[in-house]
Amino acid sequence: MGRYTKFIIACHECDLLHQSQSLPVGGTARCVRCGAALYRHRPNSLDRVLALTVAGLILFIIANIYPFLTFRIEAQIQETNLMTGIIELYHQGMWIVAGVVLITTILMPLLQLTGMLFILVPLKFQRRPWKLALLFRTVRSFRPWGMTEVFMIGILVAGVKLVKMASIIPGTALYAFMILIFVLAASAVALDPHIVWKELD
Amino acid sequence: MPVNPSPLTAMNVSLISCHSCHQLSKVAPSDKNRAVFCSRCGARLHSRKPNSIGRTWALVIAAFIFYIPANVLPITKVVSFGKAQSDTIMSGVIYFVKSGSWPIALVIFVASVFVPLLKLFLLSFLLISVQRKSQWRPKDRTRFYRITEAVGRWSMTDIYVVTILVALVKLGSLATIEAGPGAIFFAGVVIITIFAAMSFDPRLIWDAQESNNER
Repeated sequence: MGRYTKFIIACHECDLLHQSQSLPVGGTARCVRCGAALYRHRPNSLDRVLALTVAGLILFIIANIYPFLTFRIEAQIQETNLMTGIIELYHQGMWIVAGVVLITTILMPLLQLTGMLFILVPLKFQRRPWKLALLFRTVRSFRPWGMTEVFMIGILVAGVKLVKMASIIPGTALYAFMILIFVLAASAVALDPHIVWKELD
Repeated sequence: MPVNPSPLTAMNVSLISCHSCHQLSKVAPSDKNRAVFCSRCGARLHSRKPNSIGRTWALVIAAFIFYIPANVLPITKVVSFGKAQSDTIMSGVIYFVKSGSWPIALVIFVASVFVPLLKLFLLSFLLISVQRKSQWRPKDRTRFYRITEAVGRWSMTDIYVVTILVALVKLGSLATIEAGPGAIFFAGVVIITIFAAMSFDPRLIWDAQESNNER
């Protein structure tokens, strides 16, 4: 039966069955009943995602090493990096909030990037990645929890709030983080998960 | 849109679509009450998300309860020259309106007050409509579900604002900012509503469609 079901796909939002068809470049197949996106055609998907993943990891390292924001009020200078706020929240006894911020802004992007690296590098060299099914399933389930783009809005709001009382100097890490957001978004768009799943057939 | 009396869904032909890799698997009736796993990716197979309505209701109600302390308790405490001032989410919004930065006021209001409520009301509406086997605009209701899935993450904005304020404003006796207990409940609301949207199964909207047509 596997032979037939390979060419059939069920809509994940309304369960209607569709026959898979090849799509034009950049095309999207939508469910005829509820309009959900079923699958997309992504040219050079895995190569693009690999390139973006490597770029993302480099940016991630820069974003975590260099100063993020510097706060200056007269002679007092307060330099921070990405982790400062999380550590400070932890010291204030807000370990739940600290944990939530740590997971959504640092841990999830890092796990997604390294997970994709472990999957895509072996595939590039025609090898079967280690524990591919489990790894890709886990990486996919992390998607809703990476919130770097929301963090950017948070920076903007905090900046406006503080700009009247002091000067805020953006650091190297902030620029790296901003580019990282676009790289993560681009790699989410470029990925066609069905190509990876087909490796398991 | 013409409605097919018994549409060709995976469930109607005893197939289960893997929620992770979307491979279709045949399930024998004898497997009904046994755990079945996807032969390709190893994920547990479910025709519909297990106990979707009960779980989603539980999470929605929990989030409604958390929403109250999240808004009543202070989210930040500013200590400046020995004087302490506590701010709730709403007093932050009012501060921005008064100081003239109304676009920022709007961002905080939408992300922290409006979006969580919108999400909770939409999910409640979807749950009630599914329980009543409503025939009303299934396509639009599926769209509502997509909205609840997409907007939830943006509510995290205020938590991040607090994180950055706490990191930057540590000026000893001059001024320090501390996170208030409201932040814990607010983070709770955001996390719980994301889980609530995940546990709701939009296919139930379409299943109700069918069962009514058969009558």
